[in-house]
Parts: sequence; C-alpha cells; structure tokens
Amino acid sequence: MAARKATKKPNVSSEDLTQYYRDMLLIRRFEEKAGQLYGMGLIGGFCHLYIGQEAVVVGLEAAAEEGDKRVTSYRDHGHMLACGMDPNGVMAELTGREGGYSKGKGGSMHMFSKEKHFYGGHGIVGAQVPIGAGLAFADKYRENGRVTFTYFGDGAANQGQVYETFNMAALWSLPVIFVIENNQYAMGTAQKRSTSTPDLYIRGEAFGIPGEVVDGMDVLAVRDAGLKAVKHCRDGKGPYILEIKTYRYRGHSMSDPAKYRTREEVQKMREERDPIEHVREMLLQGKHASEEDIKAIDKEIKQVVNASADFARESPEPDLSELWTDIYAEA
Amino acid sequence: MARMSMIEALRSAMDEKLSDDASVLVFGEDVGFFGGVFRCTAGLQEKFGEERVFDTPINESAIVGLAVGMAAQGMRPCVEVQFADYVYPAYDQITQEAARLRHRSNEQFTCPIVVRMPTGGGIFGGQTHSQSPEALFTHVAGLKVVIPSTPYDAKGLLIASIEDPDPVIFLEPKRIYNGPFYGDHSGKSVPWSQHESSEVPEGHYTVPLGKAVVRQPGNDITILAYGTMVYVAEAAAKQAGVDAEIIDLRTLLPLDLETIRHSVEKTGRCVVVHEATRTSGFGAELIAEVQEACFWHLKAPIRRVAGWDAPYPHAQEWDYFPGPERIAAALKLAMEE
Ligand SMILES: Cc1ncc(C[n+]2csc(CCOP(=O)(O)OP(=O)(O)O)c2C)c(N)n1
Ligand SMILES: [Mg+2]
Repeated sequence: MAARKATKKPNVSSEDLTQYYRDMLLIRRFEEKAGQLYGMGLIGGFCHLYIGQEAVVVGLEAAAEEGDKRVTSYRDHGHMLACGMDPNGVMAELTGREGGYSKGKGGSMHMFSKEKHFYGGHGIVGAQVPIGAGLAFADKYRENGRVTFTYFGDGAANQGQVYETFNMAALWSLPVIFVIENNQYAMGTAQKRSTSTPDLYIRGEAFGIPGEVVDGMDVLAVRDAGLKAVKHCRDGKGPYILEIKTYRYRGHSMSDPAKYRTREEVQKMREERDPIEHVREMLLQGKHASEEDIKAIDKEIKQVVNASADFARESPEPDLSELWTDIYAEA
Repeated sequence: MARMSMIEALRSAMDEKLSDDASVLVFGEDVGFFGGVFRCTAGLQEKFGEERVFDTPINESAIVGLAVGMAAQGMRPCVEVQFADYVYPAYDQITQEAARLRHRSNEQFTCPIVVRMPTGGGIFGGQTHSQSPEALFTHVAGLKVVIPSTPYDAKGLLIASIEDPDPVIFLEPKRIYNGPFYGDHSGKSVPWSQHESSEVPEGHYTVPLGKAVVRQPGNDITILAYGTMVYVAEAAAKQAGVDAEIIDLRTLLPLDLETIRHSVEKTGRCVVVHEATRTSGFGAELIAEVQEACFWHLKAPIRRVAGWDAPYPHAQEWDYFPGPERIAAALKLAMEE
C-alpha cells in the first residue's frame, strides 16, 4: 500500500468527520476492551478483533441509508457497532450472558439485529455471501430501493459459493455491494500463497460486475467509493464490487502465534497508515475540532466502552432452558 | 520410547508416510507455510518441500475434489479440513465422488484419500467450531471412519488410513490433542507426557482399522465410547462406582462388533456415549447392533448419553457436553434396572 498522498482539501463537513472519528474510536476502544476481558477469562472461545480495519465499515455506513442491509463474517464487532447496535448487547454476547444480542447462544461470531438490519456474523467462511444476495433479492422484489452490503475477506474470496453468487447477482441485477475486506491475510496464510492474482476487484469482470479498489485506511475514500456503489445499485444497475485494502493489527483470533508476518510489518502499518490517527489529523488540521473537543470525545467513548464491560459482567448467565429454546417455532 | 502429544503423533505419522511413499501429499488451509492451526503439520513443508506439503485456498469442496482426482491417478493425498464444522461444502465430494469411485468405475479407479479433521467440543468453540459429524459419514457406504483417543493410536491409525486402499474420514478429537480430558473443565489439564499412551515409537507401525480395544476391563457393564468420551466415561465409571468395561471403538466404520459382543455377553449391560447430538447419532446404530447381537444376554435396556438435540451453545457448553455426571447417572440407571 502506498504511503498516504498529501490530502487535498477533504470534502466533508465538520459534523460528519467528527462522527467518523467517534465511530471509529468506539470500535477500536471496544475491541481493546474485548481483548482485555478475554485475557481475564471473561470471554472465551473464538474472538476476532477488527482493530486496524475501522475505516472500512465506518466509511461504508456513511454511504448507507435507513433500511439498507448488512451481513458479514465472524469478524463482526465493528460492523455491529457501526450500524448502531448497542455496545452493551454486543459485549454481553461475547461474555455469553443473557443481555447479549443472542442471549449467549451465538457468541462473538453469531449476532444479529433485526432493528438495525444486521443479518449476522457468520462463522463459516463465505457462507454470508449468497445470503447477502438473497437479502438483496428480497429488496428488489419489494421494489423498496434498499441495498445490501455483503462483507467478506480476501481468504473468503476463494470459496466457490462466492462465484455462484456473483453469477446470480449479475444475472438478476441484484442491489448488492460485495465488500471484500482485503487485510492481506487469511488466518496464517498471506494472500499470495492462496490466490492466483493479487487483484480481487476484477473478479467480477467475467460476470459483468464492475469493481474498484479502495484505500481502506482512509475513511473518506471508503465513503466516496461506497456512495458510488450505492448509487449504482439504487439505479438498478446490479451488483458492485469494492475491494478495500486494509490491515488487521491483531492476530487472526485471540490464539494466533503471529509467525506468518513480521512485527515490523505490523508496526509500520500502525505508525504510517493508522485510519483513526488519519482522521484525527484531518480534524485538527482542517480546524474541524480542537484538541479539547477530541479529548472530550475520547473520554465519552471510554465511558461507553467501560459501561459495556460492566454490563457484560453483571448481566446474568442465561437460564438452562435457553439450551433448548429457539430451535423451532413455539408449538 | 519418545513421548508425544496427539498432535506430535499425527505429525509423526504424516512424516513417516511422506518419507516412505512419494505418492503421499499433505495439503489444506494453513497447512503448509503456517504448519496448521493446531500445528499438526508444523515443519513438514520445510522438510518435504512445497510440492508435497502445501497451502490451499479456503475452498473445502475443491480441496477434497482435487484429492479425489489425484487418487484416481494412484496418488495418496492426506488432506486437512481445518475443523469438522467446515466439511459441509466438501460433503458432496466425499459422499458422491470419493466414496463411490471404486464401485461405479467397476474398480478401474479407486480413491485412497484421507480427510483429517478436528472434531468435537470442549474448547468453547460454539456452534461452528464444536460439532461431531461422524454419523454423517458412517451413513455412507464406501467410507471408513476412524477416531483415535491416544497418541499411540493416532499415529498407528493415521498410517493405516493413509495406506488403506479406500477413502478414510479421520476425525481428531481436538479436546484431547494436548492431553486426556476427564470431563472436569474447571480442573487442571494433564499433558499427554504424563500419560502412558503417549509413548509413541519412532518409525513405521500401524494400528489396524476396524479393531476396537478394551481400555478398561470390567465385569458389570459395558461402555461404548470413542475419542474424548473414552476418558469422560472412565471418570464417570469411577464416580458411579461401577466395575465398567470401557471399549474404545477407534474405528466406527467398519465396526468391530466382535469385541463389543464379547464384552456385552459377559456384562449383560451396556451404555453408549457420544458428544454428537442424540437423534440419529452413531449411538442409535450401536444400540441397534448390540440389541441384535446380544439380545438374549441383556439384563437391562441399553442406555445412551449424548449431546442434546440442540445447536452446540456458546455460553452453556458444560450443560450441553455429556459430562461424567450424566454418564454416571445412566450407568446407575442401567445397573438398577
Ligand atoms: C468453511 C470454512 N473454512 C475454514 C474456516 C476457518 N477460517 C476461519 S477464518 C479463516 C480465514 C479467513 O480469512 P479472510 O476471509 O481473509 O478474513 P479475515 O479473517 O482476514 O477477516 C479461516 C480459514 C471457516 N471458518 N469456515
Ligand atoms: Mg483476510
């Protein structure tokens, strides 16, 4: 990824830029807290942090309108926070408590919100992709002008069902945006070890799906690409692919020996390309916000995150009967 | 003799076969450069090169399909599906292609592949990282289904599976990769190095497919178990204070009915244990077989202890897992009847 170009005057209001900062910071602090709770044994099992990728989901949410849908993989905490789900409910699902979005049945990888049109974290790599097309199909059928953001990773981009879906989505002109979050690694495997060509945005070409590559460390670039893709879909032109180049700072999950990349590589990204630092600089340089304003936001976010951790600890364990509820409709 | 964890024993088996048979290949997701998420293939790529031990993209269906094609050409691929929960995209290739190639080609082509996969719960994996899908494979004619419970067996069975002329589903109980698990999740875990069955010979040996083993001799009741549940059953028998004979099936298909019959004819009572959900689980098959073979020797109904008929939970793993208490209760019930 090239170093950031000298920014031309960004086309964004102070309110919006401040909001992006707040949303991205919420994800980062939330994930850091989740990492801490994991270390303390309050969260168990699989837990995939989104740290480093915040600009992707915040940028795209800035392009979404009420009623648009989203579906993603197991690396889903950021998506849930960005679409407005309650941090308390997300954190309590991580700790497996009654107050969690799935009452502890799903855990980190499997949460949903009908209210926020969030159709899940999905633990099976690639499984959410055809589901995303189905969501878009329903919207098209209902002629309601909504679009679906279907997120998946560079590793998932090799699953067969992705291409089965591309074909159908193009065939039926479905209003679905395929968002490939290319963080360069699928677990311990670098993209070049598993993928025949480095570019993923061209993978729709054979199906007639346009695509473009986006700098995922720049929230405004992501937002602008998102707006373009959304317009394409709402205009009835069918699916669109965004390959968003990003980077995850932490391990794949909490148990990651990190032997597949160098510490220097991670450090360099953090220092030179951090998406939140980038917004902070824009806020200050463009005089959209003062140091004081930013400090106030930092403090406010800290409180929200701490409150979610308290909630997630205090929320009771689910009742034993929950083991057998919600398997079939009540008779 | 060397002491090995189950992971090391599996690696040693693959190492052995890669060394002595040029037609053996090892591949799967994160298997090559990274050495596998559970480290089962660590170091093998360095030793045998990228042509023989390699990474695949994330596409289980094509991983197994590729292996079928290689096998039709006389190669012996040993592939890894990273978790048994990810095998479903490959289920079509396994059941309709691998299992039937010999039969439908009138034996012109065969399919000597091994599909390894970590199975079972007890690691807080929730519904997409804890499943025990063995019954989906025991239902398929043409497959063999193997599940070791000790490092010694893991190596011997894996070598036998790679050498077997037919497709083998090789289930690895991931809860006992690093040490036996007696069902007490809050207790300290014991590493394999402190267990006698971690003595694993260097070099080549096999444990034959289709042969069960009596893990603990006893007179009052027979427990049929496999994988992690062998140890949980041992703890349960102790807890219930019954003189149980514990049979570790090791191979589910083909089933060693002789060893089972021999035991049940002696004890007259039988409890079947598995982690997988109860309805249509492999326990149903076991009970049917035991009933047919040993009906006149039975003193009580055969009981089964299994996972509940529910998705594997995130938060309530130990309420779901058929632990020693539930097994002990079934043992007592079977003894009283
Ligand atoms: C069908 C299936 N195969 C394998 C896995 C194991 N697995 C989980 S995440 C992952 C890597 C996916 O990488 P990518 O799509 O790039 O997403 P990222 O983790 O980088 O966000 C793998 C192999 C799985 N969950 N499901
Ligand atoms: Mg990735």
